[in-house]
Amino acid sequence: MNFIKELTKGIIKENPIFVIVLGMCPTLAVSTSVQNALGMGLAATFVLICSNIMISLIKNITPPSIRIPIYVVVIAAFVSIVDMVMSAYIPALHKSLGIFIPLIVVNCIILGRAEAFANRNTVIMSIADAIGMGLGFTLSLSVVATIREILGAGTWLGIKVTPQTYDPMLMAILAPGAFITLGFLMALINMLKEKK
Amino acid sequence: MGYFGELFVMAMTAIFIQNFVLSRFLGLCPYLGVSKKLDSAMGMGMAVIFVMTLASAFTFLINVYLLLPYGLSYLQTIAFILTIAALVQFVEMVIQKNAPALYKSLGVYLPLITTNCAVLGVAIINTQAFRSDGVTPYNFLDSTLNGFFSGVGFTFVLLAMAGIRQRLEKVELPKAMRGMPIALILAGTMALAFYGFMGFNI
Repeated sequence: MNFIKELTKGIIKENPIFVIVLGMCPTLAVSTSVQNALGMGLAATFVLICSNIMISLIKNITPPSIRIPIYVVVIAAFVSIVDMVMSAYIPALHKSLGIFIPLIVVNCIILGRAEAFANRNTVIMSIADAIGMGLGFTLSLSVVATIREILGAGTWLGIKVTPQTYDPMLMAILAPGAFITLGFLMALINMLKEKK
Repeated sequence: MGYFGELFVMAMTAIFIQNFVLSRFLGLCPYLGVSKKLDSAMGMGMAVIFVMTLASAFTFLINVYLLLPYGLSYLQTIAFILTIAALVQFVEMVIQKNAPALYKSLGVYLPLITTNCAVLGVAIINTQAFRSDGVTPYNFLDSTLNGFFSGVGFTFVLLAMAGIRQRLEKVELPKAMRGMPIALILAGTMALAFYGFMGFNI
């Protein structure tokens, strides 16, 4: 029962991007296409699950005064693994995500979950929390990417979806489009919340 | 082109053409989080310039004299983040001891900077960057100055944003737009303006 609750809270109620507003840099930078968004989301989810397991395992032997550097090292180790695996097996995606793969280290969602959840809960609960938060991150990233890719390139996951007469609005996949799309999405969510 | 020209290109690129916040999407958390008041934006900006310059210098030395000669490039991420964390901690202690006045204005922002992706970002970008001729990799001075100029670019847009947001507080907005949504749309409009620099080819 508790397990399910921890698993689902990250998807809507405590969505890392729209509700807690963490991890803005990768959200805005890699949401140019759905493929990039899924790649980034899954990479971050993997790191999040591994680091949550590790940190909750060592929570009793971590001296509180130096816990943050310890967390950062644990996270950086898993990020390096993801970085190397991706460059070996999916070089195209690795190239298009570029600098944002090593930057998963400083993604505040991962350090935030380590600090707020994994260091005071059991391993099982931490796994549930990581999967939920990771899915929430991936889903919201994909929502932003869907809007931007359809508006800006007229495609979804590389497949043409808009009619021939639609002239893609290039601005949507460039930097300004990222900020404006996310701004309107957040306003929409605020509006829905108020109505409740 | 002499070295001065090289520096001019680097400064223009870091501040306007490839601005860290608005076109590279780095350092957005402090950009959106600490831009509500002009004073705190100023403090954050100065702290970021300081740390980015130092971090660029130190990570360059670590990369060239430790990681590359021993074939340890795969440890780059871990080595850089540890260097930055240690550096920030050290800077905090030194400032606290020797310049209490400065510590009062910068102190609270320093711990936040460790997880600012702009700092790790500039360290990684420096290792992959080339001078304007496209073949010479950045040397020690180039890297340090690139860190400094990138920090200036960050501070520049942070201050502009804080100035606009301070005025926005007096404006009647639809309830759903208040806070983060309007800040993001504002950032989008600024990015649109900065996009005008994109075409410049120095």
